Amino acid sequence: MPSAETEREKTAPLLRIARSKALETVREMVAGCMQCGTCTASCPNAWAMDLTPRQLWRLVNFGQEEEVLASGTLFMCSTCYTCTLRCPRNLPLTSAMAALKRLAFEHAHKTRRRAAFYRSFVDNIRSYGRVKETALMSMYFLASRDPKLPLAFTAPALRLLGKGKLHWPGRPGRGSLGRLMDAVMNREGRP
Amino acid sequence: MNYAYYPGCSLKESAREYDLSTQAVMESLGAKLTEIPDWTCCGASAAEAVDDLLSLALPARNLALAERHLPGLDVLAPCSACYLNLRRAQEETNRERRVRDEVNAMLGAESLSYGGGVTVRHLLDVLVNDIGPERIEAAVKHFYPLLKVAPYSGCQILRPYRVFDDPEHPTALGRVLKAMYVDVLDWKAGNACCGASLAATKHKVALPAIRAVLDAASEADCIVTVCPMCQMNLELYQKEAGRRMPVLYLTQLMGLALGLPEQLLRVAHNLSVTPDFLRSLPDKAAEAATT
Repeated sequence: MPSAETEREKTAPLLRIARSKALETVREMVAGCMQCGTCTASCPNAWAMDLTPRQLWRLVNFGQEEEVLASGTLFMCSTCYTCTLRCPRNLPLTSAMAALKRLAFEHAHKTRRRAAFYRSFVDNIRSYGRVKETALMSMYFLASRDPKLPLAFTAPALRLLGKGKLHWPGRPGRGSLGRLMDAVMNREGRP
Repeated sequence: MNYAYYPGCSLKESAREYDLSTQAVMESLGAKLTEIPDWTCCGASAAEAVDDLLSLALPARNLALAERHLPGLDVLAPCSACYLNLRRAQEETNRERRVRDEVNAMLGAESLSYGGGVTVRHLLDVLVNDIGPERIEAAVKHFYPLLKVAPYSGCQILRPYRVFDDPEHPTALGRVLKAMYVDVLDWKAGNACCGASLAATKHKVALPAIRAVLDAASEADCIVTVCPMCQMNLELYQKEAGRRMPVLYLTQLMGLALGLPEQLLRVAHNLSVTPDFLRSLPDKAAEAATT
């Protein structure tokens, strides 16, 4: 029998999501969805998704955010914008997908690991001002805590090395992003 | 023709060929590119997944720098993802005053402010609309009538903003290629997705997308693209995808047609370009008549 305490801990994040302004914004984005399925038919990655885009919008509108934020679909979007282009209701579907991804990173514990690439990216540009590809991938491998991940990239990395395309980062550039990124990430009312 | 040049991170890292060839081709076509001083990352495809305001503030910083140091110039971006991020910052800050104020409140941390006066252009837009096929054709030294090229536009110069091309049936890239008398492949995959950043995060999902584009181009001698991420995805995983196909940047092929030296184009640096392909190029060319 779970104690009242653990029950509260489990439901608290969900309540926080349900009441969050960010989720309200996503609901507004897809409120006009008429379930025609043009997004799903246009999506190059729908075959790899546990929920199709059309199903995802339906669940958002029905307040099933637990299911939405646990879905792997959010991480299968390659931001090709075909759904956004073709949506007959002109809904900003690619932006809605990104907004859901942000919510999942923020609130759903299971997806924290999936944020490894994005965390590494933010750290990378904060350090150097510009993306340093080799350092980014190394940080990503470390942050993922998945020993198999670097192995999967060994062959492509060797091909890049062979053509002199891997560069260890030198000194950070003159343009720096530390102050701007601190201002953005620590602003008042950040969702 | 003067432009505020935003090369973007990739062009200073694994896509140096695109940076060098863009600068060389634009100079020889009479366009002057001035790099935006102290430019920084545009947010790539990752910032939007971290924070919405970050995904606008990062590109807006570069627009603010262009506005301050290179006033009146359009920003020229050769990378499709940079183009879209910078363009989105342009469109969003102009669409809603509130958004521009929010962005400027963040840029204030660097004593910068963006007034909304910059237009962001993709390299292909500038080639087609400012320079134009006629001027390109007049500058070409070697035409390539026997070279069959698959024009790969990718996603982010076409969608979501309909700026200079038809997103469902793109023609801009083909028009530039035809100015070099290239045999342009008529295909359906020119605006298909290459998998983009899924190649790094969901490799098994990106690979079929990459394979589909390579397979659709099987009749061509090479693919030509205008995006460093498309170029990388299409050439880096050819072994896994099971098809070999040279993938060139548009400006590399243009440089060859304009007779520019290899050290400015670095075609041999592309992973997918084989010595056989390079040897076959002269046989596919025809000299322009000297008048």
